[in-house]
Amino acid sequence: MRITLRVWRQADRNSPGGLKTYQLTDVDSSMSFLEMLDLLNEELTARDEEPVAFDNDCREGICGMCGIVINGAPHGRYNSPVATTTCQLHMRSFHDGDVIDIEPWKAGAFPVIKDLVVDRSAFDRIIQAGGYISVNTGAAPEAHSTPAPKRQADQAFDNATCIGCGACVAACPNGAGMLFTAAKITHLARLPQGQPERLRRVKAMVAAHDEAGFGGCTNIGECAAVCPKSIPLASIGQLNRDLIHSLFTGEGK
Amino acid sequence: MAVTGLMLICFLLMHMFGNLKVFIGPEAYNHYAEWLQRDILYPLLPHGWFIWIFRAVMLAALVLHIYCAAKVWAASIRGRGSSQGLKYTRVNRPERTLSSKLMRWGGITLGALLLFHLLMFTTKSITFGVFDAESTPYDMFRASFDPQLWYIFVIYLVFMVAVCFHVRHGFYSAFTTLGANVSPAARGVLNALAYFVATLIFVGFILPPAASVLGLLEAI
Amino acid sequence: MAVTESPAAGPKPAGAKPAGSKPASGPKPAADEAYWAVGDDIADDKAPGGPIEGQWQRRQFEAHLVNPSNRRKLTVIIVGTGLAGGAAAASLGEAGYNVEAFCYQDSPRRAHSIAAQGGINAAKNYRNDNDSVYRLFYDTVKGGDYRARESNVYRLAEISPHIIDQCVAQGVPFAREYGGLLDNRSFGGVQVQRTFYARGQTGQQLLIGAYQALERQIEAGTVQMHNRHEMVELIVADGRARGIVTRDMVTGQIEAQMGDAVVLATGGYGNVFFLSTNAMGCNNTAAWRAHRKGAYFGNPCYTQIHPTCIPVHGDTQSKLTLMSESLRNDGRIWVPKKAADAAKDPRDIPEADRDYYLERIYPSFGNLVPRDIASRQAKYMCDEGRGVGPAVTEVDAQGVERQVRRGVYLDFADVIARLGQATVAARYGNLFDMYAQITGENPYETPMRIYPAVHYTMGGLWVDYDLMSSIPGLYVVGEANFSDHGANRLGASALMQGLSDGYFVLPNTINDYLAQPRPPIDAEAAEAKAAVAQAQARVDQLLAIQGSRSVDSFHKELGHIMWEYCGMERTEAGLKTAIAKIRQLRQQFWSDVKVTGRGDDFNQALERAGRVADFLELGELMCVDALHRRESCGGHFRAESQTADGEALRHDDEFLYVAAWEFGGDDDLPVLHKEPLVYKAIELKQRSYK
Repeated sequence: MRITLRVWRQADRNSPGGLKTYQLTDVDSSMSFLEMLDLLNEELTARDEEPVAFDNDCREGICGMCGIVINGAPHGRYNSPVATTTCQLHMRSFHDGDVIDIEPWKAGAFPVIKDLVVDRSAFDRIIQAGGYISVNTGAAPEAHSTPAPKRQADQAFDNATCIGCGACVAACPNGAGMLFTAAKITHLARLPQGQPERLRRVKAMVAAHDEAGFGGCTNIGECAAVCPKSIPLASIGQLNRDLIHSLFTGEGK
Repeated sequence: MAVTGLMLICFLLMHMFGNLKVFIGPEAYNHYAEWLQRDILYPLLPHGWFIWIFRAVMLAALVLHIYCAAKVWAASIRGRGSSQGLKYTRVNRPERTLSSKLMRWGGITLGALLLFHLLMFTTKSITFGVFDAESTPYDMFRASFDPQLWYIFVIYLVFMVAVCFHVRHGFYSAFTTLGANVSPAARGVLNALAYFVATLIFVGFILPPAASVLGLLEAI
Repeated sequence: MAVTESPAAGPKPAGAKPAGSKPASGPKPAADEAYWAVGDDIADDKAPGGPIEGQWQRRQFEAHLVNPSNRRKLTVIIVGTGLAGGAAAASLGEAGYNVEAFCYQDSPRRAHSIAAQGGINAAKNYRNDNDSVYRLFYDTVKGGDYRARESNVYRLAEISPHIIDQCVAQGVPFAREYGGLLDNRSFGGVQVQRTFYARGQTGQQLLIGAYQALERQIEAGTVQMHNRHEMVELIVADGRARGIVTRDMVTGQIEAQMGDAVVLATGGYGNVFFLSTNAMGCNNTAAWRAHRKGAYFGNPCYTQIHPTCIPVHGDTQSKLTLMSESLRNDGRIWVPKKAADAAKDPRDIPEADRDYYLERIYPSFGNLVPRDIASRQAKYMCDEGRGVGPAVTEVDAQGVERQVRRGVYLDFADVIARLGQATVAARYGNLFDMYAQITGENPYETPMRIYPAVHYTMGGLWVDYDLMSSIPGLYVVGEANFSDHGANRLGASALMQGLSDGYFVLPNTINDYLAQPRPPIDAEAAEAKAAVAQAQARVDQLLAIQGSRSVDSFHKELGHIMWEYCGMERTEAGLKTAIAKIRQLRQQFWSDVKVTGRGDDFNQALERAGRVADFLELGELMCVDALHRRESCGGHFRAESQTADGEALRHDDEFLYVAAWEFGGDDDLPVLHKEPLVYKAIELKQRSYK
């Protein structure tokens, strides 16, 4: 099929960017979206133009490296019948003659590196602030010494499936990273092992979130709607409760 | 922000309930106003003290609310990267309700109209020449919402629509921020309640002036 | 391309001690003058002797120690931050060393360990079903077709329970039962339930556990993390690994990073096949650069090909996706009996015209035969022209282009009829959804199509019991090393090995090396400057060629060659053809590749070009290794070495050794060093599935 692409090209962080139009005539509906971009890049290389830079790695929807705003929604969420990452979006979701707009994540905390590639290290900084359980290697007790109720463990898992792709930030009208932060808070808050540091963690992580340049949450819900792993909005509720709780204790600062 | 917002919503509900006394009659309404001004918590507090304490609290809540809003707005500008010139050429955000979109500019409109409202009925600085400082509250109300002065009613209609939208997202958002949104079901309940409260406030506030403008109060 | 120093002229590798001129058991295969030379035998000199049960404890006791207050003065460079590298970086940081960690992704959380689905084995015996450290050890050695080193595997089994403890304490949400205790399942055809899992995302959860531990150390200041940095050269000085050269993938800056020891945790090299279940960025450059500087490469031909992957859809395919092996428990595999039916809707092919070939050939194991057999049979069916799905263009051994359908049906119609769609959905729902999303077909209605794909590489840099390579001070952990899995890896064992190496083995062995004195060195040293210049020259050369073919076109062509000749079935003639083709392709690459853009910029074409250049050398070594190993074992099937009924035939008398390859130079042959394998705790057996 024939596809018209309008792709955001930007040389580097400090250069202005803009949409550039390309035509592809030989797109197969069984291709993945990124394979379609591979095809574009092969054509650009043949024409001595620089290929479009885009992040990707596992191409099976789990590493979180890929992420493009497609037709105004992260990962092309509204072109897909199900929650998806960009790499798992396929060209069969589009039609012959479609015009597709492709832009990078645009958020204050995610500066553009080149074309569709952004710097998401702000997420790592949030985790560094407390998104872990402090246990040194070798110091762990026997795994069965602390049972974890199945329901809570399952909820912890649901939140731990976050792949850190940044779609939540890209979709948020405030550029907030609250769903990402909340997923980690909820993952660890649901497990017995996460309790000792629970209140200190939420304070530190929210502070790191704000410091990293993310906006504030105004409870709109775009984040959860585009999340490829369907992290629920309710996780932000958990974060808020823990945060309020932490304000009434001496934990953290 | 959530706490001050909810305080202001509580105030609105109380205010609305008081307003509805016009339907009982001028005496009830004036008496209620006088009680508000002088007698609440008397003799615990001397005459007229409560209203000033109450006004101070409400003003503090409002100032805090606006302060928080300004911070959130600034964070949002930074978060979106607008200051770095980042802007999507195309956005598709189906979750974003009209009310949530209107929180900021709507909030400013609301603030302006609130100021107008206070200048009119509290300080009596703007009277359109139809009442003066000696008028009873009921007279002020009737004189302002006269069919001849339909534009005042229109201003109030806009005011109340702004309030309604602001409360619609604000009520839900406040409870979510306070941690009440624990599941999709809870979100549904909060949203339903938000619609209910927003509608209630709109209807409750617009009924008395509407009745006045339409000349229905004489019938009672 | 600059030629590195001749390793032969370098110092004798400490770990790879010559074991005398005495040949291994049986006649020594002569060097094939055209393809390889034979060097001295080597042996691991780190594992203490004595009963296997006590070896690890003894080694830990005998190793030199570094005083805690001295550790921060020692810098350990870690390349790759997946399960093994991330765990090692976190653990060494906790111990107090100064760690410099590097990864090519934008965050350590993205390493391809994340894609492992099934689970992680551990000898906990929580199921009270006769499991033990010895049984896990035994299963792993046997599963590896008796080509792994006993001492290493025993230690792996011994450490496995501690991994589970560690991960649970970190907050890894393993599947649990209603009593709140951990659930187990059986996996990969073993007879005990020892696999711990987190739905189908065990790798992700374990990696995030290691990532969190790593981020904690970054916050603590013990680990400096360098994201989007690629190692492009190893710095060897005075016979020791003293640093690496990295390229900052954002700015293009090439610089030396110096340290007291270097750890490679850079994963496997499955991407040499272009199409594999590896991530797009997985590459062998770090390991290959180390190999060129003197690190021996162990068993490069051992690759694991997984039978149940989603087939290739066309020429533009970029990667393959694995579907859990558990599907074979209930699905029936078939192809049409007549090639003419290949393009038909499978539902229109009557029962009589279907060939359930695994059930036919292996009546007792049926669809549950081991991975390598299931894979090979699928290949045979498609070679016969009875494959299904879209036809893709292939070039056969005679150089003739042809259209082949690469897929076989995995049919759930029987089980759906027997148990109902709801039961099948409960068992495999997520896999069916994944299949539907990728292929656009509904597997509840039409049979799935599957085909084997390269999945894991058992080979890797040769290491001793301490995980040190043949270059002193260069350690190799996880999939990047050759140890533990022999010629074939059991399901749910890769995660176990990565974490065992990273959390528990390396932090208890690297100290033995670090405790010994070394001369000081900095980035101004001649060796460091030479390595930086070498890396810069290579970038400049790649950009200067400005030929006519894209990097990917070379990579795809290499992949086709490898898959055709060094894939599921290897023959002497085929491997020789492959070697000739690869050499030709490599020459063409260095004269005709087109790399767009600049070197001092974010340039993905340049990154890929460097990786493909190294794959073009590795591919040849894999073929040479496959050529020299004239036996079939594990993932390596030589058509010349099979039983009368077509099964793999090992030759323990001739090939009971690890092939450790020394880089001979760009114009010289690779040198084969053999590490004889000695089995004291386990008896050698030939496997059978009929």
